[in-house]
Amino acid sequence: MRAYFTFFKIRFINGLQYRAAAYAGIATQFAWGFMTILMFRAFYKSSPENFPMTFEKLTTYIWLQQSFLALFMAWFFDNEIFDSISNGNVAYELCRPTGLYEMWFVRSLSSRVYRVVLRCAPILIVAAFLPLPYGISLPIDAATFLLFMLSMTLGSFLMVSINMTIYASTFYTMSPMGIRILFVSLAELFSGAIIPLPFLPDKVHRAFNLLPFASTQSTPFLIYNGYLSGESIRYALLLQIAWLFAFVLFGKLLFRNALKRVVVQGG
Amino acid sequence: MVGYIGPNGAGKSCTIKIMSGILNPDSGTCVINGRTPWKDRINHVREIGVVFGQRSQLWWDVPVIDSFELLKDIYKIDEKQYKQSFDELVSLLSLESIIKTPTRQLSLGQRMRCEVAASLLHNPKILFLDEPTIGLDAVSKIAVREFIKYINKDRKTTVILTTHDMQDIEALTKRIILIGKGKILLDGDLNALKKQYTKHKIITVEYSSGMPDIFDGLTVLENTNNRYVAALDTGCVSVSSAIAMLSESFDITDISVTSASVEEMVISMYREHNI
Amino acid sequence: MKLWFKYAGIILRSQMQYKTSFILTAIGQFLVSFSAFMGIYFMFMRFNTVEGFNFSEVLICFAVMLTSFSLAECFFRGFDTFGGIISNGEFDRIMVRPRNEMLQVLGSKIEFTRIGRFLQAIIVLSYAIPKSDIIWTADKIITLCLMIIGGTFLFAGLFIIYAGICFFTIEGLEFMNIFTDGGKEFGKYPLSIYGEGILKFFTFAIPLALIQYYPLLYLLGRTDNTLYMILPVFGILFLLPSYILWRFGVRHYKSTGS
Repeated sequence: MRAYFTFFKIRFINGLQYRAAAYAGIATQFAWGFMTILMFRAFYKSSPENFPMTFEKLTTYIWLQQSFLALFMAWFFDNEIFDSISNGNVAYELCRPTGLYEMWFVRSLSSRVYRVVLRCAPILIVAAFLPLPYGISLPIDAATFLLFMLSMTLGSFLMVSINMTIYASTFYTMSPMGIRILFVSLAELFSGAIIPLPFLPDKVHRAFNLLPFASTQSTPFLIYNGYLSGESIRYALLLQIAWLFAFVLFGKLLFRNALKRVVVQGG
Repeated sequence: MVGYIGPNGAGKSCTIKIMSGILNPDSGTCVINGRTPWKDRINHVREIGVVFGQRSQLWWDVPVIDSFELLKDIYKIDEKQYKQSFDELVSLLSLESIIKTPTRQLSLGQRMRCEVAASLLHNPKILFLDEPTIGLDAVSKIAVREFIKYINKDRKTTVILTTHDMQDIEALTKRIILIGKGKILLDGDLNALKKQYTKHKIITVEYSSGMPDIFDGLTVLENTNNRYVAALDTGCVSVSSAIAMLSESFDITDISVTSASVEEMVISMYREHNI
Repeated sequence: MKLWFKYAGIILRSQMQYKTSFILTAIGQFLVSFSAFMGIYFMFMRFNTVEGFNFSEVLICFAVMLTSFSLAECFFRGFDTFGGIISNGEFDRIMVRPRNEMLQVLGSKIEFTRIGRFLQAIIVLSYAIPKSDIIWTADKIITLCLMIIGGTFLFAGLFIIYAGICFFTIEGLEFMNIFTDGGKEFGKYPLSIYGEGILKFFTFAIPLALIQYYPLLYLLGRTDNTLYMILPVFGILFLLPSYILWRFGVRHYKSTGS
């Protein structure tokens, strides 16, 4: 267990060096959040009664989304992992006394986390000080905040476990392009990254909610901003746990089968 | 044919860049083919060829011949001249079998031969070579060197070479220029410099019997299995005296005297100029 | 120039070596823009108009921006990825060839896979055009064409600016995405919906509104001022400052090496 932690720390510190890029990235995300909110404001002005949540809730959602973008980005893959599978270097990784799935899981998670840590604080802080309807609201109460943190953890783990199955698929097809492209193009829509899911027509909303993507970023943000409450929070969390369980299991199974083949073929 | 040598950071790459017109110096003049390279870039580079050792100028996924065809259009080479150049280069560098292969499938040696050919398709008057044999296997190195010698002699192409490979220097150049700390430290004939900077030769003696005395000026490097190798300080003892002394100690079956390598010459040059 | 076509030929042949990858990438591009379209679609299922524009009007705006952007990304990709060209030394190679540097950068990368986005845009256009209430007279058609052409060159200009800055530093240039990707992303709605300030910025600083909002007003018949029709030409003129920055950058490169 400690090995994983050390590994995590190393990659984390390594990544913190890329600061200029981080500043530019923060500026970009600010602009993005800002423009997105203005867009929603325009729709709000035209017919506020059709807005599925209060404007404050919406802005909170958008700022959360920008702050934690790195955690949930669908297009973020570690090319080294893809390469090591296709050129056989994965054999070296297998020689280490740590599980391959766990190793790559930690690696993917740490890559995302260090990117987030660099960017989330400035965005959150400034967003907190923006004039009220446009900024981010403080958490409703401590309990909700804790549930939010729990949901975020589950959501990011789920995201990484989905990544892991994509990596695993490389063992079987040797060309990750197709699945990856399909996944990336649609994941954004399904997870509420293009527009928050509550804005979708009811039937579509309910359908998308069942998919694993909604359980990555949509759920925690909707918990935080108060759109979900009471019973629905419990349900959403359970769904997250269920999907996480399913993907980790599925991923580990894929890995185990694939590695058996690798060993048999001699790398 | 000129070889530029010098330690890293001395300014070799900068010199090549200035001469190819990539870099504008803050001061000074440079005239090549009657032009200042950076002032008339397009006309200047039309008449030069450059081979950057580490980087390829061929398009990666298409057959080499496609890259050549595109270069023909870039350099506006007329059809007849292109055909002539092409045929000659392909036969001289033995490219027939690989010309239709995509660049990415070639070995480094094959790729290098294609690179050199590509840089000469437009019949440049000057060829700049920046580390051309780096990473090549022995056979390819020799092939490339032979070819460079040929175009220098036969086509009268000026060749300016920078390299760290001393065998390149030895095989190709007569004139070398040593650069250090941004200045020209030496400009001279290779053999003369060798004589100047290396004052020792290596004597190797194979003998059937005998025991060596201690000689001034002869530093024993090795003496096992009836094989004696020593460094001879020619400032101290002449070659003929040394041979005479040794034939008194040994029953010589074989003897050879070689001059010091270019490497050793370069090292002592660096040492003398503090670079 | 003829040389550009030769470049295009060799690049096409290169990309065709990887047929599956090509097709998959193009499909991916299509799906990504499809998601964007669905975003607009769902919003309009809930709201009927936004700041006075209805669904088909917004679609025309979206399609024009997507067309311009995909054309620019396809043909000017060399500038968009110029950071790589500088850092791996390819620009030195460009400098040693007896041809104009810009032409060579243009010819270094042509991304045909963008056809996926382009196709999506055409489909949306072909849906939006009949659905809208516009009466397509000659001047309206010209306006539409000018919008697309102007937009393409505007984005190209932004790419060239990015490339120009690359001569000075490669760090932290991600912010340019605000204008390129951001322009495409937020340009899918008429720029007026974002408020006065934004509209002014995109009129005078980066003339995105000149190829999108104002000609759109003319297209939709909300104004009769024919000046609005030819405003996209200013989008093309945006290439001028871009070119100046580029030359400035090349001069800087020539005096410092790398």
